[in-house]
Amino acid sequence: MGATGRAARWVLGLTAALVAVVLASASVGPVSLPLADVALATLNAVALPTSVGLAVDSLDLWVLSVPVPLPEFGYTSLFDFAVPATAESIVRTLRLPRIALAAVVGLALATAGAVMQGFFRNPMADPSIIGVSTGAAVGAVATIALPLAVPFGLHAAAFVGAVVTAFAVYLLATEDGRTPVATLLLAGVAVQTFLGAVVSYLLINSGESLEQAMYWLMGRLHNARWSEVEATLPLAVLGVGFLLFYARDLNVMLLGEEDARSLGIPVERSKRVLLAVASVMTAAAVAVAGVIGFVGLIVPHVMRLLVGPDHRVLLPTSAVAGATFLVLADTVARSFAAELPVGIVTAAVGAPFFLLLLRRREVHAL
Amino acid sequence: MIDVDDVAVAFGDVGVLEGVDLAVDRGEFVGLVGPNGAGKTTLLRSINGVVDADAGSVRLDGDPVTGLGTRAVSRRVATVPQDTHLGFAFSAEAVVEMGRTPHRSRLEWTADSEPVAEAMARTETSHLADRAVDDLSGGERQRVLVARALAQDAPALLLDEPTASLDINHQVRVLDLARDLAADGHAVLAAIHDLDLAARFCDRLAMLHDGVIAAAGTPEAVLESERLAEAFGTETVLQTNPVTGAPTVSAVDREESRGAAVHVAGHGEVAARVLGVLWQAGFDASVGVVPAGDVAASAARRLAQPVVTTEAFSAPDSATVDRAAAHLEAADVCLRVNDGPLPVGDGVRPPVVDVAVEDRDAVSRSDVVEAVVAGLERRQVPADD
Repeated sequence: MGATGRAARWVLGLTAALVAVVLASASVGPVSLPLADVALATLNAVALPTSVGLAVDSLDLWVLSVPVPLPEFGYTSLFDFAVPATAESIVRTLRLPRIALAAVVGLALATAGAVMQGFFRNPMADPSIIGVSTGAAVGAVATIALPLAVPFGLHAAAFVGAVVTAFAVYLLATEDGRTPVATLLLAGVAVQTFLGAVVSYLLINSGESLEQAMYWLMGRLHNARWSEVEATLPLAVLGVGFLLFYARDLNVMLLGEEDARSLGIPVERSKRVLLAVASVMTAAAVAVAGVIGFVGLIVPHVMRLLVGPDHRVLLPTSAVAGATFLVLADTVARSFAAELPVGIVTAAVGAPFFLLLLRRREVHAL
Repeated sequence: MIDVDDVAVAFGDVGVLEGVDLAVDRGEFVGLVGPNGAGKTTLLRSINGVVDADAGSVRLDGDPVTGLGTRAVSRRVATVPQDTHLGFAFSAEAVVEMGRTPHRSRLEWTADSEPVAEAMARTETSHLADRAVDDLSGGERQRVLVARALAQDAPALLLDEPTASLDINHQVRVLDLARDLAADGHAVLAAIHDLDLAARFCDRLAMLHDGVIAAAGTPEAVLESERLAEAFGTETVLQTNPVTGAPTVSAVDREESRGAAVHVAGHGEVAARVLGVLWQAGFDASVGVVPAGDVAASAARRLAQPVVTTEAFSAPDSATVDRAAAHLEAADVCLRVNDGPLPVGDGVRPPVVDVAVEDRDAVSRSDVVEAVVAGLERRQVPADD
């Protein structure tokens, strides 16, 4: 069976699992809802963008207010089933945005993780290995701790912090147009350590906003809004789609850079592209959800054990599995009496599972 | 096909290649030999574009490598790498498919299966298609990598130590295949550290030493003892393999020259062994008269020492005896092995020491050296007067 067929079958199966998890999750909560109502309300929420307009938003930079033109979409719902109003409202405005955001974040992190593991040829690599998450943390915590000093909102600050950090690490590790992977890894560790110090410093000086900052650092999805989904979904989906074109390059790069080059892969250029796309996807996820660890490490790892190292199958399956996993983890997180940050759940569930895998399969069976 | 012109490569301050010239044409199998660290791998890397030459040029079919894109280069030259450990559980077929990379656009997700199947059939790896490369033996994995290079469908083929870490039957299979590919019109260049194998399979050898091609040509011409001594820093003995007819090289320890010449009068296996012992001990040695085809004669030739022969089963003519006598008289000592005939000439004969040994295994190095030293002392008595 060809790689296309295998990818299609796995993705279909995993998508079915995702749908089931989404419906189950939407029916779970303080108010338990019947699955049928949830399913219909969810279908009602499915909408396609049918018109594009231009809206002017304003970006507040200290005292200045800068108008920023943004595209605005008009949506048309596909379905209109009769559902009890309370159920519809709970599902549509409270639970679905959060579930959708969890799915998008999980998808982005798992895909970026798969790319980084292949890129670094190291099963222990994760999407923030070059400092993306720590960079986002600096941006976010600075906004929370020193709201006056940072001119944009928390999401934008985190996103900018993440992208700038990734770019800086890349520049630090590049010499004469070559970026040795080992140097990149070490530069990432050094920059992360430094930025960790910055975050700690900001935290001690954050006063009353310490709790808010801590929650962000642990990764949380509560108060998720559709606008956040709208901002991250296109980046995540475009990212995955784009990376699929590089799946074969990633496969060949697993053989080593010299081999890849002798097989006609422009290694340095591919590395730049892969790093940039994976970093932007991670940055988008971290900016809206905070630092959610382990998804990007464990999901691609488990998928690699299941489907093998071929990125043509690994990338799309990791994407869907990551979405499913994070929706599940977030459902657990919000099921506790006192809601937990989802980052605690992913780590608490993921780490033992990961160790189990390590004990059962040899580590080199990557 | 491959034209290397005055190529120099340095890593930091260390010059690895310092003006290498080499050309490999289609249909030719050229072996790149030379001691460890001579830069064989670096030269291959400068040909496939992994390393940029600091000076000089590498051209593939007339176009400089530096001007061609990575993809264009990979369509002209395929490389079988030295380190065959892959570390990821790709199937053998998936690895061979990767050889098609230069011929596929980003939008093509799956490989054209025909060249892949062909390459695997050619390398006898079809039955391994679904096995993980990491589970294959070294010989199988090497053949899978050759298949990958074949799938690449490039006219030039570089092999970096294709036989290292393989047992002897796989070495022969891989090199046989390389030779066939050359016969099919590929330009094949292989770095091979095993001189015997290189001599046996390659049309031409190029010896890399001190950053330049120290010798190039037929195996017999390149594997010349003095050249090998210089490049590899050890004395070697060149023989002809009686089965394959190819030159074979053995490294031997030869002591520093003692500046004395010994003539051996005798024949057969014992004389041959005595010659070998003398040579290893650092003496110059000559032998004669011996029948043509005698083992002592071939031993002398292998050691590049003078030998005087006569036709088998017939008495030597006077000219032959004179030549042998000239060698004898020029020597400092004569060892007469098992009452061998002494050639009689007009000049002054050096001291003659008799050596009697039953068979070749009974030849002891210390006895031989002692006999020579005794002879040398006898000679020195009149010189002191």
